[in-house]
Amino acid sequence: MVLISLGYGCKGGAATAALASDAAKRVYVAPGEKDEVYAFLSGGFSGQMSVYGIPSTRLFKIIPVFSVFPENGYGYDEETKNMLRTTHGYVPWDDSHHIEASMTDGKQDGRWLFLNANNTPRLARIDLRSFETKEIIEIPNSAGNHASPFATENTEYLMAATRFSVPIPQASVPIENFSKGDFKGTVTMVKVDPKSGRLSLELQILVPGFDYDLSHCGKGKSHDWCFFTSYNSEQAYKMIEVGASKNDKDYILAFNWVRAKQCLDQGKASNFGGEYYRNYLPENQPAISEKLSGVKMLQPKDCPGVMYYMPTPKSPHGTDVDPTGEYIVGGGKLATVIPVHSFSKLMDVKDKPEHRSGMIMDIPILKYESTLAGEVKKPCLGPLHTEFDGKGYAYTSCFVSSEVVKWELGTWEVEQHLPAYYSVGHLSIVGGSSKDPYGKYLIALNKITKDRYLPVGMELPQSAQLYDISGGKAELLSDFPTVGEPHYSQMIPAKLLMDKAAKIYPLEENKHPYAIKNEKDARVVREGNTVRVYMTQIRSHFKPDTIEVRSGDTVFFHVTNLEQDFDIPHGFAVGGAPEMPNLLIMPGQTRTFKWKAPKPGIYPFYCTDFCSALHQEMQQYIRVLP
Amino acid sequence: MQELLLKKISKMNRLLILGVGLLFVSVYFLPIWHISLAAPQYPEGLGMKIWIDKITGSSTYDLQNINLLNHYIGMHEIVSESVPELLFMPYVLGFLIFGAFVTFIHPRVYLIVLGILNIVILGILGMYDFWRWEYNYGHNLNPEAPIVVPGMAYQPPLLGCKEMLNITACSFPSWGGIILFLSLGILIWVIWDERRRVYVPK
Repeated sequence: MVLISLGYGCKGGAATAALASDAAKRVYVAPGEKDEVYAFLSGGFSGQMSVYGIPSTRLFKIIPVFSVFPENGYGYDEETKNMLRTTHGYVPWDDSHHIEASMTDGKQDGRWLFLNANNTPRLARIDLRSFETKEIIEIPNSAGNHASPFATENTEYLMAATRFSVPIPQASVPIENFSKGDFKGTVTMVKVDPKSGRLSLELQILVPGFDYDLSHCGKGKSHDWCFFTSYNSEQAYKMIEVGASKNDKDYILAFNWVRAKQCLDQGKASNFGGEYYRNYLPENQPAISEKLSGVKMLQPKDCPGVMYYMPTPKSPHGTDVDPTGEYIVGGGKLATVIPVHSFSKLMDVKDKPEHRSGMIMDIPILKYESTLAGEVKKPCLGPLHTEFDGKGYAYTSCFVSSEVVKWELGTWEVEQHLPAYYSVGHLSIVGGSSKDPYGKYLIALNKITKDRYLPVGMELPQSAQLYDISGGKAELLSDFPTVGEPHYSQMIPAKLLMDKAAKIYPLEENKHPYAIKNEKDARVVREGNTVRVYMTQIRSHFKPDTIEVRSGDTVFFHVTNLEQDFDIPHGFAVGGAPEMPNLLIMPGQTRTFKWKAPKPGIYPFYCTDFCSALHQEMQQYIRVLP
Repeated sequence: MQELLLKKISKMNRLLILGVGLLFVSVYFLPIWHISLAAPQYPEGLGMKIWIDKITGSSTYDLQNINLLNHYIGMHEIVSESVPELLFMPYVLGFLIFGAFVTFIHPRVYLIVLGILNIVILGILGMYDFWRWEYNYGHNLNPEAPIVVPGMAYQPPLLGCKEMLNITACSFPSWGGIILFLSLGILIWVIWDERRRVYVPK
């Protein structure tokens, strides 16, 4: 705040606040028209992902990923609850920060999205045909999966680095041992099967105990490399706010993943402990949850050339690579410049001793000036994240001075200050982190929002702002409230996704073990104290419709929606069921509602998703006998 | 008149007849008729196709969805199996193709006249049969149906468009039907052409 009152470096700033005069027209999407772009926003502490249309900024869908979703039963039913299994048990929530889009040759390919879970280290894959979470893999030997899941140019790997360094393997040691080097971090390479998208842990690399914050991988000439910011190189463990802000420079870790893979293939990685779950949801079947153990761990000392530290001022947060793959832009939370490293210079100097200033855990530290391409001087306060428009300009968010700064790559000159209301975190340009930005829209995802909307109690709506960056000057078009704290986003042109979105689950392909495909097979089967109800739904009735069970029975309702019509899900809910909320069953899908038959009586069940003129009649009874 | 009927068909017209026979073969692979249903709640439309031997939806699940809508008003389920005509229609078409080949081998005008009569009679019977099915589907409703609108019938149009509740139903020949009409036109033209040459003074 003192810095702001000094007016440090921020000429222009909020003074140039201007809404494009025809903004309403430019964000208006008439009835029946469709938006130009899909925006996928992470939900921060909501653990979910939300889908918006751009430029209208209308909310289309919430995709549950790491958090249970009573609206449709995700995380509750017998099919999806195993998706949230971890070595810590069933964890029905997480803190989700970064969305990454799958890429082919550095360009968005519209197949999958990936999302990290920071709290209980996990990483998810969302299928872009069904807009559903299909796989969640836990990251062992990690505490706080923050610098994740950043993809290599062809989505060969997703990177996941730990935010909170801890003893690896876990051990109860005095916390002050942090500064003695007893705490470590890891960088994890998660392999993505190019056809199926299936995830597997290929390799971990043990790194010094800093806090690894963000990452981006190279493209083009820097294809082999990924870059991770780190803070707290001081290894402070008390009052980190102060202790971790002392060093003038922390580091960007340059990591050669191709070299790491080489060392793995040469047998230089060793077997290491660590248990983790991998949960996979096959098409229209129950999730398969596997507990796996052990990873290959590589020590940097055993693999020369795999990692280098590039000093970067000051407590760097974002690290972003421009579309050409040459520039690595750092965002120092407390820095007064935006430092830009040159990939070519890094290649030139990395193995020359005169360009080194030291070593940490056998990782060479290069000199700041040796890899520096340039600095954007006094751009703003608190530069965090940078995205690129593909036309030679970069946009950097500035948290403290609440603005987006447009500057030119190469000249490092600031072109424009775009005020934001208020403190801005991540930015997203359509395709902006890829090799081929579409470059028309920019959204600024706000971290702290004040009085933009009608007040709704203590917590104000989370918010994002939309800018048009297609012309010479970027213009503010609108702002819109969001779900959870919108952390990072990927925006994808609609034409890449809209035509291949799934409309139904074809019934003939339904391989669910408890599916039935016509009403004639509807039945109730008793196996001891377990009762399986093979049930169908079609407008506007259930089969079987009246059911009798005994008090204390465990009842599984295996419900198949026989509809094959776009947007005719049916709901299923049982009165007073304590452990299971609603199920939304898509056309052709089978899902399972587990119910412990309570004390004797009559219990209604009904369809919860208004399905037809006779929806209200889609209701029946279960009799519980003594 | 007799001279015309017994006249040997010109070489070009003979090839045209063969062409009609071959064109008929394509009717096995093309829908004959198309009924489309448009309603605000179905922005992509719903439709069904009538083929020589089956009834299908315009897209994979349309027929199932049409039947789902129809069950509210108590209409019988539309399935190929309930229309026995579809069992022998392929043979009727085979008979017409056979006739075209006979005419090609034995090119006399009276065979063309027979062919035209066949097509016209079969066409009229077919249209009547089609109308009868539409009438039965539209009128023979289950009295226990959830929605009963007094006096309301749901017979789709034979040809053209009609409003039924909030649905606009349109019924038109599809490619197979168009080919049948086209063939009829060609045959009539052939007779006109032959007649012209009989009565043109030499």
